[in-house]
Amino acid sequence: MSWDWEFAIKVFPEIFNVIWLVIGITFGAYAVALVFGLILTFARRSSFKPLSWTVYGFIEFIRSTPPLVQLFFVYFALPLIGISLNKYVAGILTLGIHYSTYVSEVYRSGIDSIEKGQWEAARALNFTKSQTWSKVILPQAIPPVIPMLGNYLIVLFKETPLLMAIGVVEFLQKAFLIGADHFKYLEPLTIVGLLFLLLSYPAALLINRLEKWSNQAYGKGSR
Amino acid sequence: MTKNPVQNQPLVKYEKVSKKFDDLEVLKGLDLDINQGERVALIGPSGSGKTTIIRMLMTLEEPTSGIIKVDGTPLWHKEVNGKLAPADENHLRKIRGDIGMVFQQFNLFPHMTILRNVTEAQVHVKGIPKDEAEKRAITMLEKVGLGEKVDAYPLQLSGGQQQRVAIARAVVMQPKIMLFDEVTSALDPELVGEVLEVIKEIAKESDMAMILVTHEMDFARDVADRIVFLHGGLIEEQGSPKEILENPQSSRLQSFLKRFLSTT
Ligand SMILES: Nc1ncnc2c1ncn2[C@@H]1O[C@H](COP(=O)(O)OP(=O)(O)OP(=O)(O)O)[C@@H](O)[C@H]1O
Ligand SMILES: [Mg+2]
Repeated sequence: MSWDWEFAIKVFPEIFNVIWLVIGITFGAYAVALVFGLILTFARRSSFKPLSWTVYGFIEFIRSTPPLVQLFFVYFALPLIGISLNKYVAGILTLGIHYSTYVSEVYRSGIDSIEKGQWEAARALNFTKSQTWSKVILPQAIPPVIPMLGNYLIVLFKETPLLMAIGVVEFLQKAFLIGADHFKYLEPLTIVGLLFLLLSYPAALLINRLEKWSNQAYGKGSR
Repeated sequence: MTKNPVQNQPLVKYEKVSKKFDDLEVLKGLDLDINQGERVALIGPSGSGKTTIIRMLMTLEEPTSGIIKVDGTPLWHKEVNGKLAPADENHLRKIRGDIGMVFQQFNLFPHMTILRNVTEAQVHVKGIPKDEAEKRAITMLEKVGLGEKVDAYPLQLSGGQQQRVAIARAVVMQPKIMLFDEVTSALDPELVGEVLEVIKEIAKESDMAMILVTHEMDFARDVADRIVFLHGGLIEEQGSPKEILENPQSSRLQSFLKRFLSTT
């Protein structure tokens, strides 16, 4: 079997067109991860112990089971108790919640790096709890971890082929379908690899930039 | 009884206040009154509880027992059916508005410009319109000699400048009492003077009460109406700066001052 340029050029647009779906799923799941991750972070810090323990257990459970199992559970098992989700929603939620447990750890590290003096200054100025979070803590805790958060966007993107297991036609599934039609797998699979590279690499460069920027913000390193 | 509860009432009253950190008893039933507008310097050896006293008033540390009253209202307690119950955050917030504090480590918000550092709480805590808050902030920053630096970020300033911003940030909130915790001890020696000058200036111009924890005896003499010497979790001796610094009675205060004057 040798490389067939004509075939490759013919099927490229077909595979490329899936890009919007993949990007949609990636950003959808990422948004879920960012928001739900923050909720987990707050719940984990709650002084109401039953809540923080439950959340701790949930996080450990999600992290120690494979995302594929979670995906099957959400798509095939939840309907048995009356929760039916279409495959896109199921995919976005599962990936999003899975990565929210990692994202929440990233938030936590950002928050823990804020000095005690910042909390105390906010208290001395009589900010409310929510003002303290929104004006003092989070604006300092998040920027330094943006690169780490960005890495999870790339990781999440690379996990999207998982969703073929529940019938979502993303890059990999598309390549298989085309390959099966023509009994030629080399070209479509190569194209898929290339597309992942083309999207991930610039994203990684961008994250590098962000890292440099966040190290210099607010006059850091100027004295 | 017909006594007027507001007149002649101390602004802050510590009644038998104790504080333990695990097994360590830092304060052992402290009784201390601070009058309206009075400037009190707290001195004493390291570990004698000076910081703890003002942190409890700033609601950063809860007393183990005893009562702290601000304007006659218990700070850490709420009266429910004539009994004292632990205060909730709402109650603490209400009273905390009368109290301001400057920390040893400045604790400016590094992600905000100097101007925003001094404006943010005015707007969001006191509800002052933004342009008015900025005007007041600029006036205040000029007063502490930093009118030029409004657009800088804290990390671009020297320690002495940062501490002056921190003072402006607290004073602009117009508390009834300001707490200063060794505000020059994190500074290089050549920057101490500028910060102490600013505090003296503010003390002269305003009628806020102040509690100043300090190791700078000359400064205490200049600013304080009364100096309180702490030892072992209790007040060992107190009086006017003249009495305390020039005619100390207890041998502990005498040796404290001697050690002090010989090391500085
Ligand atoms: N959060 C805490 N947990 C445990 N121990 C504490 C805590 N805060 C203070 N202490 C201890 O309480 C004692 C009194 O502390 P405090 O900071 O009030 O003393 P200080 O008079 O301000 O001393 P210094 O002059 O060194 O600042 C010290 O022994 C200190 O180690
Ligand atoms: Mg101290």
